[in-house]
Amino acid sequence: MALSGIEIFKLLPKTNCKKCGFPTCLAFAMKLAQGGVEISACPDVSEEAKKNLGEASAPAIRTFSLGAGDNAVKMGGEGVLFRHDKKFYNPCALALNIKDSLSGDEIAAKASEVNSSEMDRVGQKLRIDAISIEYASNDPAKYEAAVKLAAEKAPGAALILNCGDPAAAGAAAKVVAGRKPLLYCATEANADAMAAIAKENGLPLAIKADGLEALSALSEKVQKLGVENIVLDSGAKSAKEILENNTQIRRSALKKKFKPLGYPIINFASRGDSMLETSIAAVAIAKYASIVVMNHIEQWKNLALFTLRQNIYTDPQVPMQVKQNIYEISGPSADSPLMITTNFSLTYFIVSGEIENSKVPSWLAVMDCEGLSVLTAWAAGKFIASKIAAFIQESGVGDKVSKKELIIPGQVAILSGALEDKLEGWKITVGPREANALPTYLKSR
Amino acid sequence: MSFAIPKESYNGRVLALDFGKGGKALMIGGETALPFLAFEGEVPNKPVIAYEIQDSAPDDWPDTLKEIYKDVSGGPVTWAKHCQDKLGAKAIALRLMSTHPDRENRSAADAAKTVKDVLSVINVPLIILGSNNIEKDASVLVAAAEAASGHNCIIGKAQEGNYKTIVAAALAHNHKLIAMSELDINLAKQLNILITQMGFDKSRLVTDPMCSALGYGLEYTYSVMERIRLAGLAQNDATMQPPILGDIGIYVWKTKETTAEESDVPGWGSLKERGIAWEAVSATAMLTAGSNLLIMRHPDAVEAVEKTINELC
Repeated sequence: MALSGIEIFKLLPKTNCKKCGFPTCLAFAMKLAQGGVEISACPDVSEEAKKNLGEASAPAIRTFSLGAGDNAVKMGGEGVLFRHDKKFYNPCALALNIKDSLSGDEIAAKASEVNSSEMDRVGQKLRIDAISIEYASNDPAKYEAAVKLAAEKAPGAALILNCGDPAAAGAAAKVVAGRKPLLYCATEANADAMAAIAKENGLPLAIKADGLEALSALSEKVQKLGVENIVLDSGAKSAKEILENNTQIRRSALKKKFKPLGYPIINFASRGDSMLETSIAAVAIAKYASIVVMNHIEQWKNLALFTLRQNIYTDPQVPMQVKQNIYEISGPSADSPLMITTNFSLTYFIVSGEIENSKVPSWLAVMDCEGLSVLTAWAAGKFIASKIAAFIQESGVGDKVSKKELIIPGQVAILSGALEDKLEGWKITVGPREANALPTYLKSR
Repeated sequence: MSFAIPKESYNGRVLALDFGKGGKALMIGGETALPFLAFEGEVPNKPVIAYEIQDSAPDDWPDTLKEIYKDVSGGPVTWAKHCQDKLGAKAIALRLMSTHPDRENRSAADAAKTVKDVLSVINVPLIILGSNNIEKDASVLVAAAEAASGHNCIIGKAQEGNYKTIVAAALAHNHKLIAMSELDINLAKQLNILITQMGFDKSRLVTDPMCSALGYGLEYTYSVMERIRLAGLAQNDATMQPPILGDIGIYVWKTKETTAEESDVPGWGSLKERGIAWEAVSATAMLTAGSNLLIMRHPDAVEAVEKTINELC
């Protein structure tokens, strides 16, 4: 059970030595309670207190990485059931399943697809994070070769050794041990052997059982065998099983502090039809999966699922912002209209979307107002004549347009007089109040 | 330690709402659990997807979508019949776009005739939507409600600026009503209260907290929907118990991801599938957040999401 800041404070040295980087022990204790800092930042805390705190402050869902290196994906560590309660921290990994029974060329092609899956969306680099290599050939030598090939062709990807045969899995694990692959999976039948491989190579181990009762028992067993980093597969196949089991696992871990289920979840969304698989994967992403394995990774699908993952894992308490800039929409020229708005991302998306819809090439000046919408930013004194004038002058947009005319949102029509005084040589025009009137407005100009 | 199913029991219940008439009438809502969690409560009705059609040519729809309906979108009657008979639509959402002052600015009387014509050729339930012009919708939806009298339609959207006349019309002609507010649980609650204070029963309401597409504020809609659902179930807030509408197609099909040519955005993959996936993923997210009714456009996206619904129920 997590301790409150005051309870933690009682265990600290109370010297206010500032070595932890916080001004007082109380401030440090408060931060510890929120999970934003580690107890080890305090050099003077007693071993006993450290032990007590370590246990109490251990996350309800164990945190560790899938894979190694720069692209390793942090999993677990979640603290809430609903993103609006705080936020979801560690975006789930997306993985492609490849059968080892395919030809070498096919395996290489699929692994290369993963390797080149990276896309940029609103400044974040997003990619298919992992490859699951499935033991379908029943031939340990073929499996090892397939794992090696996939690992080579996708050097940045995390690996999942999807192989329940301890001999084949153990041999493949040795070949790619440096990549810290996830062993998938231990079942009631092979748990001892799989746990031994995981321990020997220092690897995380996925466990699978039908139903959460059996899964909990298996989790305790594997944990007693000395495996620390466990990934849970409840055997869920249908969307209903994924949603219900994931919910029960997350609730057990967070609300009941039930340790056997306090681990990240892996879901197989695999379907023959890629569009259906996209929709099923969306359910898993929204509801608590840490790894989602799929059969197909077309670019159109990746773009949609990356975006959903980004949306779900956005911090709801921080207004999403876009960068202050002069944005070009539909390839504007010197004669194109120039509009201004604030940098709240919803405002930007809606305004730029409507300008795109108008098909009228335009300049859109987006001003940093700390992520506030137009009216709020105006009311807060951030979107006012003097600041707008300074932004427009410093941006140099005046050199890009032939006629110095700035269109301001209708909501802040009141600014036009003051803005004309401050922006010498510019004509200020009042645009529509709502973005959805922009297409008509722009077309009729 | 042994595992025990962590069930939540709620005092509240989502209100069940029927629309349409005869053998094709539909029921939505009625659940006593969070979306699809049948292990801890009743989930008596599946979410419904309605096909969106318009009363004017879909000139503002992207080409990949227009192409699908090119032989039928000349008029709402052929379009509605196509959706019902060929696509197997369970419900149809008629958006009276032509009445918008910036479009054809057609009259309320014209809209009433369109509604009558469409109703004469379909037997699945009809949702009647205005053009989202506050002033014009007030007159258009009143006329439409009268024209559809006796058909138990869902009409909307009633918003803060125009709800009074629309509520009165829905009341007079026995329709269900969509109450829409803009991405704020408190505004949604307030509008539902204002409407019920006019004598409109809350069990006849549908809440539309305003949709947003994947990548364009979807997370706001998602969390507002989840919060509305929790308020209705866990806090038993009666004003937050009407079924939730996700009017998602209109937002999806104007995004860059559903319209940009492959040559303009190399690396984004096939435009056709990209659009379908954008609508399917947006809709799936709305379902997991609590939507009971979705309005969508692309048949392939509808098909994928209906399969997911069938898996979930």
